[in-house]
Amino acid sequence: MSEGDLPPYVRLLGATLERGEDGAPRLAMPFADAVLGRPGFLHGGAIAGLLEAAAIAALRHALAAEGSARIKPITITVDYQRGGRERPTLAAGTVTRLGTRIANVEAVAWQDDRDRPIATARVNFLIERGA
Amino acid sequence: MSGFDVRRFAAALRSGHGGRLGIVYHDHGPAPDACWVELALPYAADLVGDPDSGVIASGPIVTLMDMATSMAVWSRRGRFSPHATLDLRIDYLRAAVPGRTVVGRGDCYRLTRSVAFVRGQAHDGDPADPVAHVAGTFMLMDDWT
Repeated sequence: MSEGDLPPYVRLLGATLERGEDGAPRLAMPFADAVLGRPGFLHGGAIAGLLEAAAIAALRHALAAEGSARIKPITITVDYQRGGRERPTLAAGTVTRLGTRIANVEAVAWQDDRDRPIATARVNFLIERGA
Repeated sequence: MSGFDVRRFAAALRSGHGGRLGIVYHDHGPAPDACWVELALPYAADLVGDPDSGVIASGPIVTLMDMATSMAVWSRRGRFSPHATLDLRIDYLRAAVPGRTVVGRGDCYRLTRSVAFVRGQAHDGDPADPVAHVAGTFMLMDDWT
């Protein structure tokens, strides 16, 4: 997918791509039945999917100047810190290391306050350049 | 004899995120000796993460494994009781083949007073050739003893 072109699964989550003031991408996901877990709370799997999409968006953004590169998530580790309540969720990724073959990305999801995340994730990607 | 009816619980999961993804019951082991639970995620166009290849996103597999491992915990405890996912790690071993149903098996291999330790694998037809491996922990909201 190109950077601004969200795949079907991210649309299923109801997420849209936004830009921070620095141009960095972030995802916004409204609360809806399609992402509901137990009553009144987001499903942990939907949070993980949003975090992974935010990590992919951050990596695509970092790779945008390089032209074509395929990326594949290899591992994702999600730490859940608070329940996701009935309000919009935001998520953004930070590329902590961009190597030749591997990228390490951290992603954070929050609702009211970015300093009080509902979940964070570390995602390791395989990069195939020139693919 | 387990008081947690896996099949009946899974049949009630029509709403919410799991229902939206199309996750359904597949199989389960006889509690309390074997508390594994298998759920199935049929292929669907709106699960795709890479439109060029038609491969589904990994997010739905996280949800599949979160649900299968959660149900394994309730099977082992013999009842439903709320718990919170503390962490969940997924290793993506290979892409699931487009068009194939993904089956996820969750197992609760250790239960303490406050924490359930789980693991599982997902495959798309051959359990010996898995697409994903998962390890996680849940915080129990009450003492299970």
